[in-house]
Order: sequence, then structure tokens, then C-alpha cells
Amino acid sequence: MRTLLRQIGLIAGRSLVRTARRPGTWIPPLLFPLMLMAINSNGLRAATHLPGFPTHSFLAFFVPFSFLQGALFASGIAGTDLARDVDTGFLNRLALTPVRGASLLIGQIGGAVGLGAFQALVYLGIALAAGVHIRAGVGGALLILLLAVLVAAGFGTLGLFLALLTGSGEGVQSTFPLLFFLLLISSMNLPRNLIEVAWFRDLATANPVSYMIEAIRSLVITGWDAQALLLGFGFAVTLIAASLALAARQLRVRMART
Amino acid sequence: MITVGLGLAYRQLTVLFKNPSLFLPPMLFPLMNFMAFAGGLSRLRHVPGFTFGSGYTAFTFVFVLLQSAMFGGVFAGFGIARDFEYGFARRLLVSAPHRSGLILGYAISALARWSMIAIVLTVVALAAGMQIGGNGVDVFGLYALGVIVNAVGLLWACGIAMRFRSVQAGPIMQTPVFLLLFLAPVYVPLALLQGWIHTVARLNPLTFLLESGRGFIDGRPTEVATAFTIAFGLVLVFGVWARTGLGRAERAG
Repeated sequence: MRTLLRQIGLIAGRSLVRTARRPGTWIPPLLFPLMLMAINSNGLRAATHLPGFPTHSFLAFFVPFSFLQGALFASGIAGTDLARDVDTGFLNRLALTPVRGASLLIGQIGGAVGLGAFQALVYLGIALAAGVHIRAGVGGALLILLLAVLVAAGFGTLGLFLALLTGSGEGVQSTFPLLFFLLLISSMNLPRNLIEVAWFRDLATANPVSYMIEAIRSLVITGWDAQALLLGFGFAVTLIAASLALAARQLRVRMART
Repeated sequence: MITVGLGLAYRQLTVLFKNPSLFLPPMLFPLMNFMAFAGGLSRLRHVPGFTFGSGYTAFTFVFVLLQSAMFGGVFAGFGIARDFEYGFARRLLVSAPHRSGLILGYAISALARWSMIAIVLTVVALAAGMQIGGNGVDVFGLYALGVIVNAVGLLWACGIAMRFRSVQAGPIMQTPVFLLLFLAPVYVPLALLQGWIHTVARLNPLTFLLESGRGFIDGRPTEVATAFTIAFGLVLVFGVWARTGLGRAERAG
């Protein structure tokens, strides 16, 4: 167990340092959701006049989307980094060492999780500075950070699976529009009960991303909503577990010891 | 110059059709945006003060159409940067008798690519029940604006690509365009925007193009002269920007 933890620590450290050393990698994913938050929270403010809209502040309503968007970008970073390791032969060299597959996978998402945590702190800080009130209080804010990190880990692990599946950074990047589509067809802009078009509402209801957003949103604008939190955390953990299982299976193929 | 332009445009389009990875993202992004806006935000038409006769689908279609036109030009800029990075553009500079034809060629291919996107987007929008209040002339006006916006996007990205000559300049091409587009009245009419974004949108030149395009599709043309003056002005400014960029590339060798 100690060996496993040490291996995870070493690989996670490498992943974190690698991400931190390339500002071009993490600055745009940090700033882009902030720009969109600033623009959309004002551009869509008129939506708060709709009957049944749950808050008077569209910024409070929209903030959770930034966490999800940041996590999605983190998935690209984790995936692209691992794809580079595949491409440069680092993974093959690693296969010659006693490092375990589990350490590699859990460690590799260190960069994404680190970035996800940093992003979440920045988004939360800016939201609070802009006047957003967290209805669930300090405990709720901490839970938002935890969920944001879990979501970043989930998308990061998905990125690892895609990297192992495609073996190229381009392959990982080309899946980005599809993942982004998941964000677009969620309840990011309006509550599901206010979405007028039936097919869109159905897609948003079937989309796990909606529940991750709604869990964070509930802490911001409703308070403690057990159902929303269970669904949000449940889907985040399921995403991690499912992606980890897929990535582990794919890793066995990539790291076949000869 | 025209021969150079047509030759290069033919090559660009051949490359495009042989690489779905280059063709599909610019096609999918506007469709995804259209689905998200028209499907997810249509309730906004019930916001007090929202007066647009042709419905929310048409309202959002105009934005997505102009966005796809602008980004169609910007994505073509990635191709120019790639040509410089791989050395192909240097061979073009050596072989082309009229080098301005290179900009023309890239512009023709960008327009051809956007035309296909515009057709698909229009078909999808009509299938989704988009109402068009304007007549044939109005619709022509809307697409004419799209063509000019596509040229503006291409000339802007071309100027960047020829100055940096690397695909790493991609974010510099995209980010200002993205900001300019989303600082216009995207989701609701200008009158319903509040605070700083209303001030910024009022000064944003793209707002006039967007409002004019929406006027065309609604059958109530508005700000037409202003919009076309701005659009042609942008072509002129970014035409000079692209040509001076070509000059820089020529000097760099």
C-alpha cells in the first residue's frame, strides 16, 4: 500500500509540475470560463424576469457552469499529457518499471485535479467578490470545492481513457467538441422546468452534466438540497469509476509487458 | 492574380475534403450552438420587452449564422498558419506571380467552406421550424452580410497568420473574435441588456450587423446602411491588415 501511494505521489507530482510549468496550458482554461461567466451572467440577466426563475442574480445561477467548463478543459490537459507520454515512448519505458497501472492512472490525473482545485478556488473567490451569496454557507462553499474537484477528476480520467484509446493528442482534442456538447445540452442556461422545447428538456434531463451543475447551483441559490447533492455527487463518482475502469482496461493493452 | 487565387482555393478545398477533421469541427460548432440556443433558451421570448416577430429560433439563427461566417474565416486562418509552419506557403510565395492572389485564394476557399456550413445550418433551422418574415431581398441581404463577415474573419486571421506564421497563433485569431461576438446582443435584443454589457454592445460594431441581420429575417430591415458601411469598412481595414501581413511574410522569406 505504501509503495502504491509513493508511486501515485511521484506520478501526480510530475503531472502537477508539468502542468504548472506551461502557463499556456492552464491560463486559457482558467480565463475562458471567467470570460464566459462575465458575459453570459450579464447577457442573460433578462432571464431572471421569467416567472419561476429561482433567483434574481443570473451570476449566482450561472457560476456552477464555470466549474464544469473548467473541469472539461482539465480533461483535455490530462488526456493530452498522457497522449504525449504515449507518443514519446515514456509510457513504454514506464512499462519496464515496477510501477502499477493504478498508480499511473491515479497519478496522471494529478495535474487535472490540481488545476481543477485551483480553478474552483478562483471561480468561487471571484463569484463571492462579485456579490454572489452562497445560501448553504461556509459548509456549502467547501462542498462546492469538493464537488468541483471530483468533477475535474471525473473528466480528467475520461481524458486519460481517450488518450489511451487514441494514443494521440489530436485524438483527445478532437473529442472536445463532443464533450462540450454535453455542457451545451444541459440546464446550464435555464432551469430544466423553464426549458420550453421538449426534446431539449428531455436531453438535458438525461444528461448527467445537468445534475452536476444543479448540485452546485442548489448550494448557491437554494441551500441544502439532499436530492440535488446526491445526484450531483453520485454522477461525479460514477463518472470517475466508469472512466477509471475503461482507462484501466485500455492501459493493460498499452502497457502489455513483453 | 485571379488565376493564383483560384488555383490556391482549389488546393485548399481539396485538402479540406480529404481531411474530415478539418471540415467537421467548423460544421459542428454552429449546429451545436444553434441547438443549444434555439432549444435551450427559447423561453426568453417571454421576457417582458422581447419583441421579435419571427420567433426565438430565427432570432438566434442570425447570430449563429454570422458567428459561423466569422469563425469560418478564422478557421481558414489556421490553415494559412499551418501552410507557413510546414513551409508550403514559402513555396507559394516563390511561385506566385501576383502574391495578393494568395489572400484571394484563401478567401475564396473560406467562402466556399462557409457556404456549405450556411446551407446545412439553414436547412437544420428550417427543419426546426424557423419562421422567415422577410422576403427574398431581405434574405439575400442577410446572407450578403454573412459573406462580408466571412471575409472580415478571414482577413483578420490571415493578417495574424502571416505575421506569426505558426499555428500557435490560433488563440490570438480566435479570442478577440469570440469576445467581440459575445459582447453583442446574443441572447436578447439590445434594449433588454442591462449594465456594462449594454454599453459595450451599443458600441460594438458587430451589434449593428446582428441587428440588421435580425431585421432582414424578420422582414423589418433596420440599420441596413450603417451595417453595410461598417461591414465594408471592416473589409477595408482588415484587407490592409492582411496585405501588410503578407508583406511581412515576404520580407521574412
